[in-house]
Amino acid sequence: MAIFLLSLRMLARSLRAGELRVLALAILVAVAAVSTVGFFAGRVEASLARQAVQMLGADLVVVSDEPLPAPFSQEARRLGLAMARSLSFPSMVRGARVNHLAQIRAVGAGYPLRGTVKIASAPARPGVAATGIPAPGTIWVEPRLLAELGAKVGDRVGLGDARFKIAAVLLDWPHAQGGFFSIAPHVLINVSDLARTGLIEPGSRVSYRLLLAGPTKSLLAFRRWAGSRMGIGERLEVPHDAERQVRSALAQARAYLALSAMVSVALAAVAVAIASRQFLLRARDGVAIARCLGATRAGVFRLYGYQYLWLAAAAGIVGVAVGYAGQAFLAAWLHRFVVGRLPAPSASTGLGAWLIGLALALSFGLPAVLQLARTRPLRVLRRERRNATPLQFGAYVLGFALVGLLLVSRANTWRAGAYVAAGFAGTVAVAALGAVGLIRLASVRRGHAGPSFLYGLASLRRRVATSTLQTVAFALGLMAILLLTLVRGDLERNWLERVPPDAPNRFIIGIQPDERDALQAFFAASRFPEPRLYPMVLGRLIAIDGRTVVPASYKTERARRLVEREFGLSSGATLRTGNHVVAGHWWTLEDTGKPLVSVEDGIAATLGIRLGDRLTFRIAGSDFTAQVASLRHVQWNSFQVNFFVVAAPAALQGFPTSYISALHVPPARAGLMDRMVTQFPGLTVVNVDALIRQVRDIMTRVAGAMEFIFAFTLAAGIAVLYGGIGATLDERIYEAAVLRVLGATRRQILAGQLAEFLLIGSFAGLLAALGASIVGYELSRHVLDIPYAVSLWVWVAGVLAGGLGVCAAALVPMARVLARPPMPTLHEGG
Amino acid sequence: MADDPKNWIVQATGLSKQVAVDGERLVILRSVDLAVRAGDSVAILGASGSGKTTLLGLLAGLDVPSGGRVHLDGADLFSLDEDARAKLRGRMIGFVFQSFHLLPALNTLENIMLPLELAGVRGARARALEIMARVGLKERARHYPSQLSGGEQQRVAIARAFVARPRLLFADEPTGNLDTATGARIIDLLFALNREQGTTLVLVTHDESLAARCAHRLQLHEGALQALPQPEDA
Repeated sequence: MAIFLLSLRMLARSLRAGELRVLALAILVAVAAVSTVGFFAGRVEASLARQAVQMLGADLVVVSDEPLPAPFSQEARRLGLAMARSLSFPSMVRGARVNHLAQIRAVGAGYPLRGTVKIASAPARPGVAATGIPAPGTIWVEPRLLAELGAKVGDRVGLGDARFKIAAVLLDWPHAQGGFFSIAPHVLINVSDLARTGLIEPGSRVSYRLLLAGPTKSLLAFRRWAGSRMGIGERLEVPHDAERQVRSALAQARAYLALSAMVSVALAAVAVAIASRQFLLRARDGVAIARCLGATRAGVFRLYGYQYLWLAAAAGIVGVAVGYAGQAFLAAWLHRFVVGRLPAPSASTGLGAWLIGLALALSFGLPAVLQLARTRPLRVLRRERRNATPLQFGAYVLGFALVGLLLVSRANTWRAGAYVAAGFAGTVAVAALGAVGLIRLASVRRGHAGPSFLYGLASLRRRVATSTLQTVAFALGLMAILLLTLVRGDLERNWLERVPPDAPNRFIIGIQPDERDALQAFFAASRFPEPRLYPMVLGRLIAIDGRTVVPASYKTERARRLVEREFGLSSGATLRTGNHVVAGHWWTLEDTGKPLVSVEDGIAATLGIRLGDRLTFRIAGSDFTAQVASLRHVQWNSFQVNFFVVAAPAALQGFPTSYISALHVPPARAGLMDRMVTQFPGLTVVNVDALIRQVRDIMTRVAGAMEFIFAFTLAAGIAVLYGGIGATLDERIYEAAVLRVLGATRRQILAGQLAEFLLIGSFAGLLAALGASIVGYELSRHVLDIPYAVSLWVWVAGVLAGGLGVCAAALVPMARVLARPPMPTLHEGG
Repeated sequence: MADDPKNWIVQATGLSKQVAVDGERLVILRSVDLAVRAGDSVAILGASGSGKTTLLGLLAGLDVPSGGRVHLDGADLFSLDEDARAKLRGRMIGFVFQSFHLLPALNTLENIMLPLELAGVRGARARALEIMARVGLKERARHYPSQLSGGEQQRVAIARAFVARPRLLFADEPTGNLDTATGARIIDLLFALNREQGTTLVLVTHDESLAARCAHRLQLHEGALQALPQPEDA
């Protein structure tokens, strides 16, 4: 007990003397970064889980591209499950003056089985839970659509062949897709009105849903029964699936946030290790005296071990508090894009982050404490140097393993964690070797440098061990900062490129072959550049090289979906902009009409399609078989019309073809589309203006969030920098005192020391740029799935930031060193 | 020095120390015998590098000898492990060093309290304040070592050495870093406290006048110890 209290008192004294500031800062920053991201991600996740059931509107949903066979509902009835039906499809809603695309959801009695539909009598009015579904002849619409149409509750709008009265404003409803970011405004209609609209025809893109709810046992029984009977284009949706759909939108940003938090932890580990070493060096004399005065090794170990515990515990609590404030800021910053209220942050996340702080302090502080406990009392009479023991190495290995594990577990994917962990380990190894090499090289090539520079070089050489340590620490800090800047830049650039200012903002779909000429004539008459029309045939892949393909043949969800659903096949003579052939050859004129296709390389990899394979598609009941003549890489980030599969010209002749077009309509000409739909009522116009705006806005916000989290990494980097400079500070103070006694001016001493820091910083920057480039490449390619941009600035910034940054950071403590008269330093015995 | 071994608080027999320097053996102490009676004062004289400090380190159990034994209050020092020796030191030994060895992060009061805190003694503060008043440092309680003069620092070190009321005090050149006048005052204080507490004093010095104040004087020369006649006997 006595040692407990004594350790507290000693900690208070050490803190007062400023000896543990770096240590405390490092732990605080790590815990704050982890808890901010953890709290925020945790809250979003909890919100998703809570909303999942609500979003689905049921416990289980059977989804199909075609009306579901009767046995599904018969089995559900047999098992005593509650049922409701819904269908959804996109369609234009015609207002008094304008038309707008909406997602129509036709619902039957009982909808929704779980969750509620909230409606209001006007957009600004408070919502109430609806007691049923829209009465026949009426619809409920989202406020957005009202605004777009310039309509109000009570107005009548057109939907297909029928007209409906807007009966209520739709505020909230179970909607499985786009829970976070919904694209087209939704309209709820009664399923009994569907036939009147005439919108459902063979070939229409309709999603049929059978909603089920009931006891878990019956649901499981149904899932088992349905599992073996699911046909192509049919799938089961459980809350988890809906959650997954929603999650993908923020995945990259979340990966980045997790990455930043991990990197902050890794940097904090470095800072703790350096600061502990410094603490050890300073505490050694005191421990020797304590040992003289009767303290045992175990006593010293406990005394300092407890101090670490107290410090980590206290810094961790402050860190969690900072993290809590940080996530509140993030949540407020992003709240516009998050549906509903976020649940409160979980205490377990805070506890987890706090424990990470303790783990960091113990695993990276323990070796220092172990060494401290081994201090011999003889030190009071004679200074001696002792080497590290296997036990200490063991503790470090444990520490590194722990941080590695943390990196992997905290990362969104183990792969991202592994890359970063490997990157850090690699940088340590390369930086250590590189630093020794460069230091030796620098000391050989003297040239005609000034005396200060020569003194700096001499100091570097004399302190090979600490110089190496400093270089490694600075390199790690710089690497982390460069890496995150690099990746963030790549991500942001990638997001911006996805939505260039002239990106097509209107898609016209469902253009029939006989409408093509009239449509082009319409554009010509309207003095609008004639849009390019792309033929499209809907088909489902059913065989590769004669082998039947079913969803069960694939492990990944994406592959299963691709096989389940029909997708658009096109044909054309020329390779489209943004496409390039990566294998095989693009066809020539002689290939016209031949059964050849070009497949997008991503889908080819997902489905295991190789060059030369024969693919069979089922198109409107008949089969089309063609050989893969080339694989194409497609830049999907442009909002352009692109197809997974493109056939040679005329190869798809005879199959039911419609045309699709994408065009950029400037705001001034927005009325053009309404005139077009009036003239060609069969066409559907998808207006993605709002989507583009929303995507841009989201990207800006998310980029802001990334910058916010990046600040933690920066702080951790500064802790490393500060710790690294502190590592040789005591030695420098003594040296400076001796040099000044010998007649050196402050300027000379400062110049010498800065020269040394300049060299160390530049070395570190060089090594950091190397590390950041390699890890950045791996992350871009394998984790974030964005193109990697080779950048020269990393190298320039690395060396400059390293050299100048380290010098600038060293200037303050060095100035303090020099402001101190030499006598007290010598008086203390150095 | 004493007839009955029961009265000996320090007894060293055949104590030797050799170290390897660049592959060659350097003999620092060769078969030193020494016995000190409780309450006595002994000065060990010798030129720089004669091995005085090494001897002191061995007598206090701060280092391990190449040969020989040391008994402190009857306990065979080197049959104990380092932690047991530490406990023994905590129980009965105080130290005063040439370079003071105060902890720079602790103020005067905290430096003096440290041995009592380490031993878990209650009332450490009161006892520290008491001895501070005794050594004339009452006004300096909140000052840090860097804010004290050399003489003041050594007084803090002496207060720290005596605060736990050790039975045995080892002093290593206690005036080595001080001017003559300050040194003299420090020595007066050391001997006064020694008398008051009945402490046994073993000090190492090259200062003849300091040695002259001890009851016994020994000379360390080429690793061997010889008794010197007392000044009044000479």
